[in-house]
Amino acid sequence: MSIFINRETPVIVQGITGKMARFHTADMVAYGTNVVGGVVPGKGGQLVEGVPVFDTVQEAVRATGAEASLVFVPPPFAADSIMEAADAGIRYCVCITDGIPAQDMIRVKRYMYRYPKDRRMVLTGPNCAGTISPGQALLGIMPGHIYLQGPVGIIGRSGTLGYEAAAQLKAHGIGVSTSVGIGGDPINGSSFKDIIQRFEEDDETKIICMIGEIGGPQEAEAAAYIRDHVTKPVIAYVAGLTAPKGRTMGHAGAIISAFGESASEKVEILSAAGVTVAPNPAVIGDTIANVMKEVA
Amino acid sequence: MDIHEYQAKEILAKFGVEVPPGALAYSPEQATYRARELGGERWVVKAQVHAGGRGKAGGVKVCDSDAEIQETCEQLFGRNLVTHQTDAEGKGIYRVYVEGAVPIEREFYLGFVLDRQTQRVMIVASGEGGTEIEDISANSPDSIVRAIVEPAVGLQDFQCRQIAFKLGIDPSLTQHVVRTMQGCYRAFREHDATMVEINPMVVTSDKRVLALDAKMTFDDNALFRHPQISELRDKSQEDPRESRAADSGLSYVGLDGNIGCIVNGAGLAMATMDTIKLAGGEPANFLDIGGGATPDRVAKAFRLVMSDKNVQAVLVNIFAGINRCDWVAEGVVQALKEVRVDVPVIVRLAGTNVEEGQKILAKSGLPIIRANTLMEAAERAVGAWQNDLSQNTVVRAAQ
Repeated sequence: MSIFINRETPVIVQGITGKMARFHTADMVAYGTNVVGGVVPGKGGQLVEGVPVFDTVQEAVRATGAEASLVFVPPPFAADSIMEAADAGIRYCVCITDGIPAQDMIRVKRYMYRYPKDRRMVLTGPNCAGTISPGQALLGIMPGHIYLQGPVGIIGRSGTLGYEAAAQLKAHGIGVSTSVGIGGDPINGSSFKDIIQRFEEDDETKIICMIGEIGGPQEAEAAAYIRDHVTKPVIAYVAGLTAPKGRTMGHAGAIISAFGESASEKVEILSAAGVTVAPNPAVIGDTIANVMKEVA
Repeated sequence: MDIHEYQAKEILAKFGVEVPPGALAYSPEQATYRARELGGERWVVKAQVHAGGRGKAGGVKVCDSDAEIQETCEQLFGRNLVTHQTDAEGKGIYRVYVEGAVPIEREFYLGFVLDRQTQRVMIVASGEGGTEIEDISANSPDSIVRAIVEPAVGLQDFQCRQIAFKLGIDPSLTQHVVRTMQGCYRAFREHDATMVEINPMVVTSDKRVLALDAKMTFDDNALFRHPQISELRDKSQEDPRESRAADSGLSYVGLDGNIGCIVNGAGLAMATMDTIKLAGGEPANFLDIGGGATPDRVAKAFRLVMSDKNVQAVLVNIFAGINRCDWVAEGVVQALKEVRVDVPVIVRLAGTNVEEGQKILAKSGLPIIRANTLMEAAERAVGAWQNDLSQNTVVRAAQ
């Protein structure tokens, strides 16, 4: 088992005719991902990297039975594409696009809630590196070869820092069940908590690694959830202990930002919830290896 | 992107928010002339800079005569205003806004922000507006009134009324407050703002509801569909290095340390800074060159980092995914040939084709210090900087 995707999951790529999308589609196919089609309005009937292109997500789902989608559509049109996927019955959508307006994402999230929970699409991203279930399927832009198959579930906001963690694990011979990028945008599809919940339910995942950053309330929210609901060991690293405070105009941000948004506060809250926090990014792999030894 | 007070007021006024009569001036002479045009006997001269806390910092003055306006403006123009929201250098004053003074009965705080918890627009209001709002929120958070806007239907009048009654605003003014709040929300939504702030919103002694100050910040990601907002950008209010970086697609924040950083990805960039600090050094900057690390971007990054005179070592940390290490290494070599870098350069490459990348760096004949892990890179960077420092001291001592 893994979460969200495995080697059978039929995948479509929205915006498949773009240069970046073509490149990564080829890479995903080579990794073994079951890519069954692509969607670009007005380009239906073409073939890209050996897969058929459809005009709408609805047509693609009807023709191929696609369950997951990867969105490479440019920022002005990305929100619309995500909503199209949600409407067509896609179960899991990863949005790679960086630079989507925040208010578009607010609309996307509101739109997704119009569907009952049993058919509501799960979105991760935008502005993320994607999701990989090593040895099975890759739905994103990460280099597949740095991930071994194994028991660690990874969730991270940053792409390259997630690679760093996976590479450190590989050096220890430790593998990953699924790695999920939730992206760096303020309005994102899924939070740390949402993904941790999935890993807690997943049999193959034995240990959870979350890689947070300064800013936003999602690490603190995850800490409360871990304290009350998670039985598996959780390891965390929070980037930005030395980062400068953002210089923003006005007071509104300062008024609404609660305790728990700076890196040191996040470390404090996570530790209090029973999470093992790696003191620096160079020892994420070591910390996980140690916890695994203790568990075993 | 931030804009000036007078620009925010112009936008908000179009949406039905009432503001005092005011006029913009680029010189002391113009300011006195504009004050006479406005009429009245008392004016407020306000420095236009992209920062809050102007009043306390001396950027807002009440004037009763032409001479006083002239004198105030002479003090303001050309000076940098340092407030608690700016860095130590402050922001340059090149424009002032002259407003007719109004008789204030009560002050309120009104803000619209993107709330990351609910992922919706939040209204924040307080019955104790003015310059002390941050203290109030820290000391008596319960006095702050909040409401969340449901995105499908937008802000509802009843929500505005609720806030007005909670703030204890004179019931005869409720409709004015509703109009002000609805105006702010529409301006927020239609222009893709991330923040609208009226501090203070005032009730005057002649029972009017006015926005005495206004701030707006816009979503950079949405500027493509708001050319009229993009035109309001004022580069004089930005850190020149940060805006130069932004123009070439890099994300840069200058800091006080002396180890320059060039990293791909914001999270890894912050992690690299944390590791430098752990190794006993101080990062000179945050720099994210983006997921891809093309030779052109690496060269631009070196130019940017080297423009900081405090930089005494440069640490390059690239985790190459799709763009292979050999390609990134060639980019680094090419950049070092183009840009004059006279401090130690430490390069750590990881990911796809790392061995080939290392070979290219080794063969280049350039004095590049290589590292395999993040920790090693940080330690070597700090070591190289300390070494460099002691050598320089020796040279200086010998002279």
